[in-house]
Amino acid sequence: SSKTLRSVSVDLNHDASLLIDIPDALCERDKVKFTVHTKTTLSSFQKPDFSVPRQHEDFIWLHDTLVETEDYAGLIIPPAPPKPDFDSPRDKMHKLGEGEATMTKEEYTKMKQELEAEYLAVFKKTVQVHEIFLQRLSSHPVLSKDRNFQIFLEYDQDLSVRRKNAKEMFGGFFKNMVKSADEVLISGVKEVDDFFEQEKTFLLDYYSKIKDSTAKAEKMTRAHKNIADDYIHISATLNSLAADDMTANKKNLEKLSDLFEKFRKVEGRVASDQDLKLTELLRYYMRDIQAAKDLLYRRARALADYENSNKALDKARLKSKDIPQAEEHQRQCLQKFDKLSESGKKELTSFKGRRVVAFRKNFIEMAELEIKHAKNSVALLQGCIELLKSN
Amino acid sequence: MAASSDRNPPPFPTAEESEPGLCDMADADSDEGEDIFVSNSNPVSVSRGVSQPDRVSEEPSDLFSEEAASSTAAKANGVHSDDDNDLFADTNVELSTDKSSSSARKEPSGPRHASTFTPSPAAMQPTSLEQLEEEEAKDSFDVDVAVTNPEKIGDGMNAYVAYKVSTRTSLPMFRSKVFSVRRRFSDFLGLYEKLSVKQSLHGCIIPLPPEKSVVGMTKVKVGMDDPSSVEFVERRRAALERYLQRVVSHPSLLQDPDVREFLEREDLPRAVNTQALSGAGFLKMINKASDAVNKMTIKMNESDTWFEDKFQEVENEEQQLRKLHVVVDSLVIHRKELCGNTAVFAKSLAMLGNSEDNTALSRALSQLAEVEDKMEQLHQEQAASDFFIFAELLGDYIRLLGAVRGCFDQRMRAWQRWQEAQSTLQKKREAEAKLLWANKPDKLQQAKEEITEVTVAWEARVTQYERDFDRIGMTVRKEVLRFEKEKAKDFKSQIIKYLEAMLQSQQRLIKFWEAFLPEAKAIA
Repeated sequence: SSKTLRSVSVDLNHDASLLIDIPDALCERDKVKFTVHTKTTLSSFQKPDFSVPRQHEDFIWLHDTLVETEDYAGLIIPPAPPKPDFDSPRDKMHKLGEGEATMTKEEYTKMKQELEAEYLAVFKKTVQVHEIFLQRLSSHPVLSKDRNFQIFLEYDQDLSVRRKNAKEMFGGFFKNMVKSADEVLISGVKEVDDFFEQEKTFLLDYYSKIKDSTAKAEKMTRAHKNIADDYIHISATLNSLAADDMTANKKNLEKLSDLFEKFRKVEGRVASDQDLKLTELLRYYMRDIQAAKDLLYRRARALADYENSNKALDKARLKSKDIPQAEEHQRQCLQKFDKLSESGKKELTSFKGRRVVAFRKNFIEMAELEIKHAKNSVALLQGCIELLKSN
Repeated sequence: MAASSDRNPPPFPTAEESEPGLCDMADADSDEGEDIFVSNSNPVSVSRGVSQPDRVSEEPSDLFSEEAASSTAAKANGVHSDDDNDLFADTNVELSTDKSSSSARKEPSGPRHASTFTPSPAAMQPTSLEQLEEEEAKDSFDVDVAVTNPEKIGDGMNAYVAYKVSTRTSLPMFRSKVFSVRRRFSDFLGLYEKLSVKQSLHGCIIPLPPEKSVVGMTKVKVGMDDPSSVEFVERRRAALERYLQRVVSHPSLLQDPDVREFLEREDLPRAVNTQALSGAGFLKMINKASDAVNKMTIKMNESDTWFEDKFQEVENEEQQLRKLHVVVDSLVIHRKELCGNTAVFAKSLAMLGNSEDNTALSRALSQLAEVEDKMEQLHQEQAASDFFIFAELLGDYIRLLGAVRGCFDQRMRAWQRWQEAQSTLQKKREAEAKLLWANKPDKLQQAKEEITEVTVAWEARVTQYERDFDRIGMTVRKEVLRFEKEKAKDFKSQIIKYLEAMLQSQQRLIKFWEAFLPEAKAIA
């Protein structure tokens, strides 16, 4: 159920003035069309309840425009959802097709079922992550009021035309700057504020660690899936053996085949739950921390600008030339820097809280699911052992 | 004979076992194979095999404990005697002349079911009433064998591994009730060679020893310490044990003097010419023979449909088992991968926990890392189970089915021999008739006498070969039915063992996560 999927971030979508969800989506030749549904009491919207179709690129456009907006420089911009990636199940489906001749019809059907489940899981994941992006925006006091956000939610024509125009306008300048964020710049700038000094150290370190954990969690999940697939083949081969067996061994083989068939479903569930609760959690917060780092970068940039403006002012004073302009420039830089620092502090503090809550929720759910699946396995095993012994 | 209560294994260690001592004892009985996969830092595995004097005194008939007598013989063999340190715990193999370490002898295995194909030691067998009754029944057939304590003898390329072969029996044909000898791999092959060429055993399904492995042995010759060598030696040891158990549980083979000699004789002459006679070599011969048999266009009589059908069944089954074996091998690989990935992930998560600045979350991350570490352990044990129980079961039966085909082949040869003798007899008779027509009466008598001798001899041969053929046919039928019965029992018990191991694993998993849950809830 999609409810259990909405777990990576919490405390979203509770404010009745603006409720957003993605109730369904269509997959057309690997292009996903999301239905974005909005329910609102705000007068800024034309209707109280409406839906629009959106593509992944529309979400990226929205994210990028937010990043480019100067006014939001002091905010953590929610990370853009990653592109829907059906490569893995698609490749597997292809390989399955090639290997069809080598397996029994039953085996083939089961493998196909597993792959379809995998497709579905990828699909659900991508819906979730796009939905959360929007919900992060709608629950943010400042970002929820963004004009482009409203356009995204409301505009009932194809956004792609607007998107192209926007790209030409902004040229992705700031975004590229952020993308090539020089860690040296962040770490090189002399920090005046203890809070930010600590945050900087923490975020840089944490980012590399969580990135590592994400990659390793993914490998772990993949190994689980491989085992589930092996179980399918084992079950099918045992079944063939049992079918031809005319001796007392027949029953043993049948029971074992049956068990492995049930097991592969359990193992598959274990793998996908681990994927959702652990891997996806880590992956999401890795991206979120990158967004926080980006904020730090912008602030460092602003600090550098302020320091440069100081130098310029000194020079102007020395030369006794253009002093008022230099003073004004310096004042503006300071103001910008202060604004970024104030807003940044708030954002980073609430980010901490958000992270802790999300980890807690996911860890609890993961532990509960592991226990549930293991209890299921125990019951299956005990049942099979009983049957075998009673022979 | 020892009361069956002696053969009850100590309970298999679960997470509930708080007494480390008890755990040691339990582990001592459990599959040695488990040992390899338990991480080196596990203190339980290290303490195994080291002196457990309490246990020995509790069980007056610790049936496999060494008598003083055998230790002198062991010395005569030039082989170390009781270096009873668990090989896997103590990576230094030392020459020890200490006879008194008999008390340190490790009980190699749990209860044995003598007459079944039940292979490896299984401490995990629960002591249900059914099991006890089975053990009672088997007591009457009482021969238990164990293969333990692999030890590297010598150095460099001439090094080899010597195993301790222990027998416990009540049969009067043996010299004593409990005894042991040291044997090397080629001795086992030699035994197989002797058995397989015996005329009297034709038609019998002769169990196959494990295959030779140049790669495996080279690794061992270089050093027994690394994990792959340890795994190789354990795999071989377990396979040799199952091989011997199958031999002694076969009523005809048990009577064979070569088997007795193998089990009892201190100084066994080294087997030569074992090149062609590893299991693999024999199987190659069988496969060639089977093909030849299939190509023969000789028709056989009616009762043969049983044999034809059976042969086909056996071939099909072998094919399917091979297929299954391939998949189970793949499972083992994936399980080991999962193991490795989990360990790596656990470390990464621990680092993340260190980095985390929220105290409660940091602790939870560390704890989750510990849980994943424990999961790695579980996966390792499961991989061992997949390999040593499931995969080896399949491997054994693939080879045994080859042996079954072998005895069908022997029946075919017997039939051939009979047919050829018949046709030769026919020719002799024709020659005789011609002579009668061609010869003059005076020479006739002499010629007739000569021919008759030959003809009579051939008639006798034909009769003999026909009897042989019938006898082999009956033997094969009997053997196949016996084999099928034993196979069903073997599969059942091995599957149960495999599933019970999995069950233990899952139960421990539940405990680990249940312990973690409050930690997760405590995050604030």
